[in-house]
Amino acid sequence: MYAALKNQLYHWIFQPRGPEGGTIVLVQRRVFILPTRQGIVFALTLLLMLVGSINYGLSLGFVLTFLLAGLGITAMLHTFRNLAHMRVAPGRVQAVFAGEHARFTVRLENPGATDRYEIGLTRDRNAADFHDIPAQHQVLAGVDVPALRRGPLRPGRLTLFTRYPLGLFHAWSYLDLDVQCVVYPRPARPGALPPQVSSEGSGALHGQGQEDFSGLRQYHPGDSPRHIAWKAAARDQGLLTKQFSGRADAELWLDWQQLPATMDVEARLSQLTRWVIDAQASSVSYGLRLPGMTLPVATGEAHRERCLEALALFDVRVLDRDGSQAPSA
Amino acid sequence: MYGCSTGMDPRLHLRSTLWLTGALLLVAAPHVDRLPWWIITLALMLVAWRVYLGKMRLELPRKWLLLAIVAGTVTGVYLNYRTIFGRDAGIALLMVMLALKLLETRTRRDGMLLCFLGYFLVITNFLHSQTIPTALYMLVCVWLITAGMVHLQHGHSDAGYRVPLRAAGLMLAQSAPLMLVLFLLFPRIQGPLWGLPHDAYSALSGLSETMSPGSFTNLTLSDAVAFRVEFKEQAPPPRDLYWRGPVMWDFDGYSWSAPPYQYASQLRYNAQLPGIEYSVTLEPHNNRWLLALDLPARVPPGAIPTTDFQLRSAAPVTTRVRYDMQSFLKVEFGLAESRQAMRRALRLPAGFNPRTAEFARALRKKFAGDRALMNAVLAMFRDEAYFYTLSPPQLGDHPVDDFLFRTRRGFCEHYASAFAVLMRAAGIPARIVTGYLGGELNPLGNYMIVRQSDAHAWTEVWFPDAGWIRVDPTAAVSPLRVESGIAAALPRTDPLPLLARGDYPWLRQLRLTWDSAANSWNQWVLGYNPERQRSLMTRIGIDRSTWESLALLLVIATLTVTVILFLLMARRSRAAMDPVKRAYLLFCRKLAGAGLPRAPSEGPAAYAARLAAARPDLQTAVGAITRLYIVLRYGVAPGPAAWREFEERVKHFSAATR
Repeated sequence: MYAALKNQLYHWIFQPRGPEGGTIVLVQRRVFILPTRQGIVFALTLLLMLVGSINYGLSLGFVLTFLLAGLGITAMLHTFRNLAHMRVAPGRVQAVFAGEHARFTVRLENPGATDRYEIGLTRDRNAADFHDIPAQHQVLAGVDVPALRRGPLRPGRLTLFTRYPLGLFHAWSYLDLDVQCVVYPRPARPGALPPQVSSEGSGALHGQGQEDFSGLRQYHPGDSPRHIAWKAAARDQGLLTKQFSGRADAELWLDWQQLPATMDVEARLSQLTRWVIDAQASSVSYGLRLPGMTLPVATGEAHRERCLEALALFDVRVLDRDGSQAPSA
Repeated sequence: MYGCSTGMDPRLHLRSTLWLTGALLLVAAPHVDRLPWWIITLALMLVAWRVYLGKMRLELPRKWLLLAIVAGTVTGVYLNYRTIFGRDAGIALLMVMLALKLLETRTRRDGMLLCFLGYFLVITNFLHSQTIPTALYMLVCVWLITAGMVHLQHGHSDAGYRVPLRAAGLMLAQSAPLMLVLFLLFPRIQGPLWGLPHDAYSALSGLSETMSPGSFTNLTLSDAVAFRVEFKEQAPPPRDLYWRGPVMWDFDGYSWSAPPYQYASQLRYNAQLPGIEYSVTLEPHNNRWLLALDLPARVPPGAIPTTDFQLRSAAPVTTRVRYDMQSFLKVEFGLAESRQAMRRALRLPAGFNPRTAEFARALRKKFAGDRALMNAVLAMFRDEAYFYTLSPPQLGDHPVDDFLFRTRRGFCEHYASAFAVLMRAAGIPARIVTGYLGGELNPLGNYMIVRQSDAHAWTEVWFPDAGWIRVDPTAAVSPLRVESGIAAALPRTDPLPLLARGDYPWLRQLRLTWDSAANSWNQWVLGYNPERQRSLMTRIGIDRSTWESLALLLVIATLTVTVILFLLMARRSRAAMDPVKRAYLLFCRKLAGAGLPRAPSEGPAAYAARLAAARPDLQTAVGAITRLYIVLRYGVAPGPAAWREFEERVKHFSAATR
């Protein structure tokens, strides 16, 4: 009964809305404020001063006590204003490897006519990212979230808060941003790349290099788009793949099946991740074969990202079985 | 602009520490001449140590060392004051504790505690002085402490001094209306709540219950205001301004003192003229008498009259009190004195002042009537070589003899004492009345200021047919003292407070202006007490204000002021119109003025294209502005440089044909 009431009260006060996309305006309803511990000490000091003033009949003591009481109220309004009516939008987030920290950036915009100071963004209340935001300016704040496992990662509930100007009050607002970061699998230990194989026969004489054009053949799924003869396609001849001869620059296939059967899913993904990184680093063209998915041989950053993302999101339902990865705030 | 990731209770910047140290030193400065030298030295050394450690970035001292200093200080204070709880002892301890707290101030939380202690130290200054200059000085101190607190909050970027000072000033200004509401409406209780330390009011000066040669001389050197008087009508002439204070009956050969008080149920007198109505605002003097014009005809609430027409307050006057009074200048009183009182009024200690006694006996033989005898003595003071001076020579074992026959120089207490002794020796009942004589009318506030330097002593003698009548022997020696005040009566070489002399008219004017301000301050700020609060409530239509009604009114008024303040503040924090858009609209208006308005549905790019066709001369300028606008509105995080460029270009843009 009590727990249910408490839960209802919590919902009524904080109105959790779930992840929100786009720009969030911190309307007054979303900003909460409570005195800090120092605020309570300040109030006690005032009480002591009031008693002293009564006891000694100090008129100026009353004046000072009441001035400071007014200051407390004013400080509360200032702290509230320092946060209210701010505009918050999620920023870009870079993918990371499991075991690293994902940095979620948040764009904080001050649309008002007064400068804002010491706005902190925090996830766990231990450390915060503080910013001063001049009137009509915006800054990027960020929080680091440990990426424990591969897959999509949400930052969870973030807290935007401030104690400025006097530190007597703590105003805060909860942000549940609809943003996620892709966490790549943790790379396995560095080791040798799998042997390169030519897809068509073997030998360097008739290998498929990329130097000299030697003819066209039917397109097979998995051929690099760069090698498709688009002109031919435009002439309505169907999809043809250009063939090159020259030095045998063999294709490297990073294949799920190549790995020992004793390895479990995560270990395989780690190993493949390592291979993708190393292959990219040594400028080799490579393709990735996963059960139910094949990424054709290619090179370049975009290709690397595609491969890593495929590894990160491989069979995400496996991950979902034991709960979402988003850490609770 | 740059964020920085830190913990919630960061360490203090050196600059914050120095700032707080400076502010606290300013608050503590007025205490310097009230505290023992070793406290000051110790506190300053601790502060210097802290500053040194801060500058050198060294570790702060360990806790046990600080505890040792605390123990030493408490012992020292106890030895010095014989207590650790009194007012002065408390202040001394607070000073050292503050310096020690400074020595263990590491984080922001410590810094804030230091600020609170600083506020507390401000209030201790009011125990000693509540004048306008003190109030202004302390206001500056409060501002600095508050700014220091704001500076502490800028824990993650160095804010400099301007932003905190501005923020603190603004907040204090915004707090003023709330302060006013609380000051006027907070239900006032008459203190004290518990027994005050015995030294609470030790610094106050004024009349005393004994009088010996030299006791008035000290008072005369003081400029301090004793009380202020507002007359309902015309003020009486100076010669009638005898303010009655303690009455003394007992003489031990050297000094006079008041007997145990005999309280009367009412004042008995035969008034001969309509009384004078006035009100007195008495400065605290930590004694129980209330001053009134001779002869008081009314007893203020909370006071008790004595049989010799003193008014005594039920409790020592420790705060400024204001009371309405009525007095009669010409009045007959004390016709039916008791035999016991008569005996007391004739008593002289045996073996003292033999020459005076002999002289009195000779006078008695010469004059049959009491009045003739008295007049002869006054004539002697007037006609023979007696002098009125603030610096009389030392008197020996028989002070009255010495004074009457050898030195012949004295101040009011010498003349009053000698005269009363002579009268008693001649068989005429006499007693000493102390109080003040005169006062300065301040035309600016239409009230009278009576200072400690106006302190005076005179005598009353008793005649069977007339009762007690006032006789001022000083008037015989120096009529000027009575008519024109003390400055005129004393030789110019005598030391007198600057303000008592009226040498410089502009100075006098300045002084009167200042005192008028001080008077209003006393009446409205310092004198605001439960009674005044009640009368204010009556004036706004709340008769019989109770604790509850005041509290309710207080809450309503506070909330109202807070809400108004909040609304005023919120207006500025809401989204103003995007300045980029505002500037662009200005640009469009400029073009509309040249006959090329933007169509409502036209986008900036389309508009620019149309303009380029219509006005090729503007193509470059319009193109630049439009490109910047698009970048600023829709681009990814354009820098402030782009915004400045845009603003400049719009400002200087002109659609006029060249």
